Amino acid sequence: MQSMRDNNKLNASPVFTTISYTLVGLIALICLIPFIVLVAGSFSSETSVLRDGYWFWPRELSLDAYQFIFRYPGDVLQAYKVSLIITVVGTAVSLFISSMTAYVLCRKELKYRNGLTFFLFFTTLFSGGLAPFYIWISKNLHMQNTYLVLILAPMFNVMYILILRAFIQGSVPEPLIESAKIDGAGDLRIFLQMVLPLTKPALASIGVFTALAYWNDWWTAMMFTSKESLVPLQYLLYKMLSSINLTGAMAQHIQAADQPKETFKLAMTVIATGPVVLVFPFVQRYFVSGITIGAVKG
Amino acid sequence: MSVNAEASNRVVAAPASGAKSRKKGLFSELKRNRVLYAMFIPIAVYFIIFAYIPMAGIIMAFKDFNYRDGIFGSPWNGFANFEYFFKSGKAFLVTRNTIIYNVIFLTCYTVFSILAAVFISEITRKWFKKISQTMMFLPYFISWVTVSAFVYNFLNYEYGIVNKMLAHFSIAPLDIYSNTSYWYFLLPFLYVWKWVGYGSVLYLAAIVGIDQEVYEAATIDGATRFQKITRITLPLLKPTMIILILLGLGRIMRGEFDMFYQLIGNNGTLMDATDIIDTLAFRSLVGSADFGMASAVGVYQSVLTLIIILTANWLVRRYDKDQALF
Repeated sequence: MQSMRDNNKLNASPVFTTISYTLVGLIALICLIPFIVLVAGSFSSETSVLRDGYWFWPRELSLDAYQFIFRYPGDVLQAYKVSLIITVVGTAVSLFISSMTAYVLCRKELKYRNGLTFFLFFTTLFSGGLAPFYIWISKNLHMQNTYLVLILAPMFNVMYILILRAFIQGSVPEPLIESAKIDGAGDLRIFLQMVLPLTKPALASIGVFTALAYWNDWWTAMMFTSKESLVPLQYLLYKMLSSINLTGAMAQHIQAADQPKETFKLAMTVIATGPVVLVFPFVQRYFVSGITIGAVKG
Repeated sequence: MSVNAEASNRVVAAPASGAKSRKKGLFSELKRNRVLYAMFIPIAVYFIIFAYIPMAGIIMAFKDFNYRDGIFGSPWNGFANFEYFFKSGKAFLVTRNTIIYNVIFLTCYTVFSILAAVFISEITRKWFKKISQTMMFLPYFISWVTVSAFVYNFLNYEYGIVNKMLAHFSIAPLDIYSNTSYWYFLLPFLYVWKWVGYGSVLYLAAIVGIDQEVYEAATIDGATRFQKITRITLPLLKPTMIILILLGLGRIMRGEFDMFYQLIGNNGTLMDATDIIDTLAFRSLVGSADFGMASAVGVYQSVLTLIIILTANWLVRRYDKDQALF
């Protein structure tokens, strides 16, 4: 590895190396700076923001915004709870059923295998549009204001199922399944005890994407819930940023003259985004391998 | 359905013996692989409920919908909803916006992803590569809600960093939220900002896949690094690029709802320049409860999307059969 790199350097031009490092560094910096400004703003005092505006670092350090949020933490904690429940339950169920489906779709003895694949795939090509979906879910199924709709509506992604199928085809040898069948194992058992453990790398990647989609989903909540106890974190953030209405406990106190209105929004954003940014470095490699698995097979 | 299958099966299998015909039938297939089919039931039920039944709800676009009678009970009104949609002048506007923005997004995304990937692959220091890539992924992980907080942070008229910096140089502050021209630049910028990490990984995978010997041979022939990029890397990235662009074109009628809704919302001044099909469908449904408009827009988008995806896939298939979606 090292020698290959050195080889590459044989006729390295210092100018070109400088350009590469500068450009990549610059793009990376542009990606990072908004996060710094956000955190800096949230730790600034309200008066300094009102006077001098936001800046890259806090001009007057202050915890007021956070203290204000945690004085009445009811809404935020509830939103955390909702987001966690949805993400954990949704991801687990989605991964299990997606991989089970993927296993079914790669069994060659299944005569209607292609038909079943198309049954799933067609949903990515065509839809009835937003209006019938909304009316069907809320008027006919009466699923509004339930955990069920928050978990079910964003649950499956057909592309992930197809990626899992490709992965199973590539990493679980057919003779292994055949011999397990000869030994008398049923399909469910083969799936649970053989395929599932062998699919772990792909499950980790798809799991990261699925969990991220749940955590960042505010749309489902906006469409189908009106109860404050069912507001997930991102939707709470949206509501607070657009400051149409502050919910619950906070609403009664926000009128107070000392409320840090500007920095409050930023502190709220930090609190809602923090977990994702903190967890992200640990799951980054699953994320990268997930993109490349998907790229290999359209 | 099952009766039909049985009947056709009988016709096909007529000359063969009875036992053999059984084996090929729908029922025997279902019976033989019953566990596998049972394992497919959960997903089948899900997609019937969350995709196929709403798909049947497409008839709503041809009805004068009212809440009391529901989708299936409301009276028909032919193409009145579509007439209304097209005569409102919105159809042309949102179609134009959706296509223009998506073409700009796709172009910028492709250019910057390739650029980032090429230069990342030139970087030999591992720690630098790792840290800069981590930083580039960060935006992908946050929601558009959070991005809207960033935008507020930077572009807010009174307290935003941009205006504060301009004030340093005694330049008049920009009123970005009431001027459409900034957004033609801003939206593509934010789109690239959010997706460049993701896109660069895609192209980086293609670059890593290039045979190292080609570069070594070029080195021996005295090629400079710049020449290696323009003569080897970029030409070899072309297949990946063409496929990704064609697949991207397939989604050209599907707007980035999250982005447009979070960043612009119901801002009236920006509406004409930034209204896309998805935001119009949403606003007609949730904002004004204009079911005729909402469902007509939805069907219009679905049909166009289907046609475009089929075309894009046909092109992909012609170019490289293995990469086609179907």
